[in-house]
Amino acid sequence: MSQIDTHHDQDEIAHFGFWLYIMSDCLLFAALFATFVVLHDPAYAVHGIKEFIDLKFVFAETMFLLASSFTFGMAILSSYHHHTKKVMFWMIVTMVLGGCFVAMELYEFAHLIHEGNGPAVSGAMSSFFALVGTHGLHVSCGLIWMLVMLVQLAVFGVNSDVQRRLGYLSVFWTFLDIVWIFVFSVVYLMGAL
Amino acid sequence: MSWHWLFGNLTIKELAFLHNPIIAPAFGMMILAAVTVPLVLTYKRKWTWLWTQWITTVDHKKIGVMYLILAFIMLVRGFSDALLMRSQQAIASGNMGYLPPHHYNEIFTAHGVIMIFFMAMPLMFGLWNLVVPIQIGARDVAFPYLNSLSFWLTVIGAMLVNISLGIGEFAATGWLAYPPLSGIVYSPGVGVDYYIWALQISGIGTLLAGINFIATIVKMRCPGMTFFRLPIFVWTVLSASILIVMVFPVLTVTLGLLFLDRFFDMHFFTMGMGGNAMMYINLIWIWGHPEVYILILPAFGVFSEVVATFCKKRLFGYNMMVWATLSICFMSFIVWLHHFFTMGSGANVNAFFGIATMIIAIPTGVKVFNWLFTMYRGKIHFYTPMIYAVAFISTFAVGGMTGVLMSVPAVDFQLHNSLFLVAHFHNVIVGGVIFGYFAGFIYWFPKIFGFKLNERLGKISCTCWVVGFYVAFMPLYILGLMGMTRRMSHYPADTGWQPFLIVAAIGSLLVAAGIFFQFVQIVYSVINRHKPEHACESDPWDGRTLEWSIPSPAPFYNFAVTPTVSDIDEFWEAKQRIKAGEKIVKPVYRAIHMPKNTGIGFVIALMSGAIGFGMIWEIYWLVILGVVGVLAAWILRSFDTDVDYYVQPAEIRKIESQALPEGKV
Amino acid sequence: MSNQHAVPTNQKTLKGYIKGVMLSLSLTVVAFLLVGLHICPQYQPFLSNVWVVAIVSGLAIIQLIVQVHYFLGLNRQEGKWDFSAFLFTIFVVFIVLIGSLWIMYSLNYNMMH
Repeated sequence: MSQIDTHHDQDEIAHFGFWLYIMSDCLLFAALFATFVVLHDPAYAVHGIKEFIDLKFVFAETMFLLASSFTFGMAILSSYHHHTKKVMFWMIVTMVLGGCFVAMELYEFAHLIHEGNGPAVSGAMSSFFALVGTHGLHVSCGLIWMLVMLVQLAVFGVNSDVQRRLGYLSVFWTFLDIVWIFVFSVVYLMGAL
Repeated sequence: MSWHWLFGNLTIKELAFLHNPIIAPAFGMMILAAVTVPLVLTYKRKWTWLWTQWITTVDHKKIGVMYLILAFIMLVRGFSDALLMRSQQAIASGNMGYLPPHHYNEIFTAHGVIMIFFMAMPLMFGLWNLVVPIQIGARDVAFPYLNSLSFWLTVIGAMLVNISLGIGEFAATGWLAYPPLSGIVYSPGVGVDYYIWALQISGIGTLLAGINFIATIVKMRCPGMTFFRLPIFVWTVLSASILIVMVFPVLTVTLGLLFLDRFFDMHFFTMGMGGNAMMYINLIWIWGHPEVYILILPAFGVFSEVVATFCKKRLFGYNMMVWATLSICFMSFIVWLHHFFTMGSGANVNAFFGIATMIIAIPTGVKVFNWLFTMYRGKIHFYTPMIYAVAFISTFAVGGMTGVLMSVPAVDFQLHNSLFLVAHFHNVIVGGVIFGYFAGFIYWFPKIFGFKLNERLGKISCTCWVVGFYVAFMPLYILGLMGMTRRMSHYPADTGWQPFLIVAAIGSLLVAAGIFFQFVQIVYSVINRHKPEHACESDPWDGRTLEWSIPSPAPFYNFAVTPTVSDIDEFWEAKQRIKAGEKIVKPVYRAIHMPKNTGIGFVIALMSGAIGFGMIWEIYWLVILGVVGVLAAWILRSFDTDVDYYVQPAEIRKIESQALPEGKV
Repeated sequence: MSNQHAVPTNQKTLKGYIKGVMLSLSLTVVAFLLVGLHICPQYQPFLSNVWVVAIVSGLAIIQLIVQVHYFLGLNRQEGKWDFSAFLFTIFVVFIVLIGSLWIMYSLNYNMMH
């Protein structure tokens, strides 16, 4: 084959594009955070979340998510050495930990709704469900993505496409952990004061 | 037996065209077009051609052409709304006119939504797609498949708005749909839902396009094309793309929260129950102000290219233009409150945003002076794009000035939501955005199609547009100062407003003539494209930038050999060097890496349309089908390894020798 | 198709991940302990609410930096464009948050008194 007329590093360009998407997602969460804070102005938040905050529960959720960030990191490290089975193992562990996070969140939501503190009750509750729920939705999408990656790993092993996508997923998953830092700080820790 | 599970809330009586005498013919024409096109395609056996050459294309030039087609179709749709409004206001002095108020409200809402989202944005993206890769020496954008997806998502958004004309209704809230009016209590129908879904779906397309162009401009410039050698048009596209990536998510959130309020009875923006409608206004303008800078910056970029080319002079003050562009980009994030000075934030807040708004006018002024200094002592050639440029400079200056007038909060308290405001924004949008993109369309048309548009018809169309604009909108400034509010379907006779509105209606007819002549120009030029007056080689305007160095029409791979750049206006400098005797080096062709076509973008968009339509009418099986379809298509694509190919040197040589005159290969 | 490189330039290491996770864990525990004690009925708060909010915010920002550095490996040398995009985004996020809060607070104050 003749020499190829190209000099762009496709993987680097793709990574940059994904990074730009993550930057846009930061703004998405910024708008949700702003709405949350505005609708929780103490003078007007008629029905908020303060009485229902269980710090131990939120701490457990946080630990699940943080641990899953670590285990996904282990998956990435295994991918450097093209150990398909190890990558799949760590992915499954990550999915279980992430799944526990989502399960706890769903439980919390169901409990709130059941007790008459659902999102339709007040602006404060609406903004709580919107912010925390959007984060949870992102996490769930991440879990579905991991499932797809498991299939890709089974079919392709750790080839360059799969590695590139694992890279995106790693950035995505860390981003969600970072957003969660602000969720637990602003919604739960500051909300409990 | 209840059919509710199948059709949701969609019943016969929602088919508005069956019982509304104004909607019936309008929707009828739409149906006629929707039926005629497939019939013609079948008769000419062109379905395969349509699928392989257009629907599945990932070629940025073709995607650009499709964006432009969408824009021109929606221009007609949006402008007919304008004609309805102008005629209604011209006659409704002391009477109700012929449009009932609720219908009038839907018309001005549709007019705004269509013109901004489905006319101006596609027109802009069309030019971005046609021009940016070839101006930076690249073969395509960074993500060709996402480019296709962005386009088809925009089309689906436009289709939802068009469908709403006959099936159901459109929003009657104004183009930004403020709550509580847009909430479920005061807009219980499907109108606002059509609005939300059309904008959410096309908004994703726009966001992806913004990401695509930042990545393209940052990462895919040819060797030697440093940032300070980029054409100014590319700088403005980069700035606008940055704005898109930053603020479109805010639009997504805001409309999403409105959706939650309407659909799940939440209380983000409701009156009472802890909701705050002003938060919607705050958020929507955090998006809305950068949006108008997204629209205008590339138009400024077009003028920078056009003025330099048609004055045969390097653009004056290149570095200053770059810094002016970046300052406008930067500052567009800190002025948004000027859209709601009157809502009671108080003196301190108003003062900050008022001053910031005044400051942002300064870099724009710098740009205007730089264009004027480029023209000074240049050899001006008054082709149609240059006429648009001259018209733009004076028109936009007036519009910008009235904006600065309103940036004084005390003045704005008098003029907010009056026709003065309406005149101001049309002044800058028509005089700036529209004139700019029309100039760009005519300027770059030869590069894509291989022939020029007819000059005489272009000048006639341009004259109608410019004169029509002034006749239509100058009276509105006066009416605003006389106290006429915007969005009025009828008014008392003793206001004395009618004569001005009649003049404005005449202006709108002149603009209609302008649009008519644009279509005539295109049709005439296509039919007569082989005539010498329309013929062109690769460089019809004696251009300055890289896109003019490749054949017209551009080959699908753009550059046979990736160029190397050493200066601003590299192509112009290269031409001067050749004139001075520099030898042309025979190109060595190497294999070119190109992406393969794919229909996945089209499929995902269709499925998104299913989700939107299903959610609007609560047809849940359709929503589920759509969600599954989007996921399946996306995931299937990720398992596809056959996504690219190589063009071999022999084929390149063949295409180049056919495209270029003897001896120039 | 993608290029030959299978290993990214800013490669992660086991040490890096462990450091990152330990730091994040510590910062999280401190924040939770601080608030947990503060709202505990038997405990006499020696800090005002404002201080607690400030400290929790500070801890969150530090953990952000920790995770960006150790988990994302973002640094100016190897990821120049990513880094610039990140800084610009922080700037816009800051404007959206502070601007919205200032405007909405002023609106509420002026229109509800």
